[in-house]
Amino acid sequence: MFSYIIRRLISAVILLLIVSAVTFGIFFLLPKMAGQTTDQLAQQYIGKAPTAADIAAVKKNLGLDKPVYEQYWEFLKGIFVGVDYKFGPDAAKCHVPCFGYSFKTHIEVWPEIQSRLPVTLSLAAGAAVLWVVSGVATGVLSALRPGSLFDRMAMGVALAGVSLPMFFTGALALALFTYQWPIFERSDYVPLMEDPLLWARTLVLPWVTLAFLYSALYARLTRAGMLETLNEDYIRTARAKGLHERKVVLRHGLRAALTPIITVFGMDLGLLLGGALITEQVFSLKGVGAFAVEAINANDLPNILGVTLLAAFFIVICNLVVDVLYAAVDPRVRLS
Amino acid sequence: MTDSSEDKNGAAEAADTAGAAAEAGPVAETGAAPAPAGPGKPAAFLEVRDLKVHFPTDDGLVKSVDGLTFSLEKGKTLGIVGESGSGKSVTSLAVMGLHRASRRQRSKVTMSGEIWLDGKELVGADPDEVRRLRGRQMAMIFQDPLSALHPFYTVGSQIVEAYRVHHDVDKKTARKRAIEMLDRVGIPQPDKRVDDHPHQFSGGMRQRAMIAMALVNNPELLIADEPTTALDVTVQAQILDLIRDLQKEFGSAVIIITHDLGVVAELADDLLVMYGGRCVERGPAERVFAAPQHPYTWGLLGSMPRIDRDQTDRLIPVKGSPPSLINVPSGCAFNPRCPYADVPKDNLTRTVRPELRQVDGGHFSACHMAQEERERIWTEEIAPKL
Repeated sequence: MFSYIIRRLISAVILLLIVSAVTFGIFFLLPKMAGQTTDQLAQQYIGKAPTAADIAAVKKNLGLDKPVYEQYWEFLKGIFVGVDYKFGPDAAKCHVPCFGYSFKTHIEVWPEIQSRLPVTLSLAAGAAVLWVVSGVATGVLSALRPGSLFDRMAMGVALAGVSLPMFFTGALALALFTYQWPIFERSDYVPLMEDPLLWARTLVLPWVTLAFLYSALYARLTRAGMLETLNEDYIRTARAKGLHERKVVLRHGLRAALTPIITVFGMDLGLLLGGALITEQVFSLKGVGAFAVEAINANDLPNILGVTLLAAFFIVICNLVVDVLYAAVDPRVRLS
Repeated sequence: MTDSSEDKNGAAEAADTAGAAAEAGPVAETGAAPAPAGPGKPAAFLEVRDLKVHFPTDDGLVKSVDGLTFSLEKGKTLGIVGESGSGKSVTSLAVMGLHRASRRQRSKVTMSGEIWLDGKELVGADPDEVRRLRGRQMAMIFQDPLSALHPFYTVGSQIVEAYRVHHDVDKKTARKRAIEMLDRVGIPQPDKRVDDHPHQFSGGMRQRAMIAMALVNNPELLIADEPTTALDVTVQAQILDLIRDLQKEFGSAVIIITHDLGVVAELADDLLVMYGGRCVERGPAERVFAAPQHPYTWGLLGSMPRIDRDQTDRLIPVKGSPPSLINVPSGCAFNPRCPYADVPKDNLTRTVRPELRQVDGGHFSACHMAQEERERIWTEEIAPKL
């Protein structure tokens, strides 16, 4: 088990390096493909009417004329030792861990992301708990009596949940519960440590709308998985032991049906932690997703790069956790 | 396959009329079943009377078991033989109360008749009461031990679970008991292997572990559903030996379900041959082997490869395929495949369902042919070829 975790960790680090290299490469190539010369690129970092000498100096200081791998190396180094940017008459220090510096807002990328992470984390974690519990429970109950009234109703609602886009259900929830019946007034995010009640109150609507979408998916997944597992021979064995049906279903059936759900959950949570773009927009939450949207609108490459790397990081980490969990659940995995 | 799709049209109707005919007709089986039947508590340890298990499906009523009667004493072994789909597995699941949990789960199964286990009637009993008997008084081992054991739990924890369902003991005691059982069924280093997962066991060891799990509560009835089919030939003999030894030790009643007459010859005291959800022949094993009284039994014997047979002699297979359990052929269910269907006069085999009739002692057979006729065919035509 231990060597398995070490193996997974090493491959996760390698994967992160590859992902960051590819992302960096794309962001290096993008301006070039748009026809921008390095001179024009450098010009963005200086004020109005720069002289040729200014441009040359900035190009040299920021390393814009260096080959892509050297720039990538500088970027990696920056994460661990920080970077001093000099451009024109100004200078900026980018502290460890330096994920870049926005020359448009003159703010370092990492502290900006850091300040928005709690919002996204709260949103994703709360919604995840809701959708896993409700989705799996609905799926199990449906699978116990396939074709029953409950099953058909649950699957009907699930179909709606899967089909309705977030910006519709979110807007509907806002219209109903914030404007029509102001149960949850619109308010800014309040940190959990400051006021837990208010924190939960501002997040209830986004949690529920997000969870509605996902729990629909998980209910269908769980139901299909349970129907399959409940036909397995080892379920018959469990019944033959004289086990109570509840134990047969939960301890023997659900345990086996959960493994594919864990995989999907890891992916979903990883994606969501990288920023719930639409949800954050709809509910005006200033999370990582909203930050990404702002950065894209402002064409602010360092910020976009930072957010993209963060998203990749979360997906890799979540997959690592899933792999370890998988091995804990299914002993056959540890062998390979 | 094309046949079965045609069957679907009006299959339900046909099944209904057939059922009605069987019940209203002159040969209604109810009460006609021979031997230990009779009202009230039976003397035998296990007694099954006129058991019927029917599954309504979209294609019609599947009569998996249609009027089966037998009894079994403690310490004795009953072999149930038949082709796939003859109803032998459903019979065993019905005794265990597991027929609802079969793959036809979604349909509503109807079961009628009586199953008496040690003086308790199980068909009409509260399902929860039957559940409490399962694993304690009656246990079952299955065909494929790899799929029958849960892949995520250790062998030991699965045996511990089986023990603790019925015994209020702590995990440590139960674990000791599990190791003891693993040792008893011949698993080397049981104190180490108890923490292995099923995939770390070989096929034969898995079946041994299954047997250990089934016997952990000293059940009085053990049902083995094709226990050796999925195993290597060399291991098959070991497992059969083990079952026989354990039966002697525990004195339990054993039902062994198989399509392999060799297994039955090895183990069984009594033999029950099933065809189309019914019993076509039953009796003491040696008598049935010495003088089988039903053409289907002849067919089964003729299909069995034997080393002492001349290689130029062909096997004598039973022609055709098992009957649909929805549209059971009228008359004798075996008549479309029976080479002697036209021997009895008056077209009896195609119109009237034969009842079990006594041959001698405890030997019964359901065939329209006269006994002298059957004995003549067996001694003159069949036996020399085997």
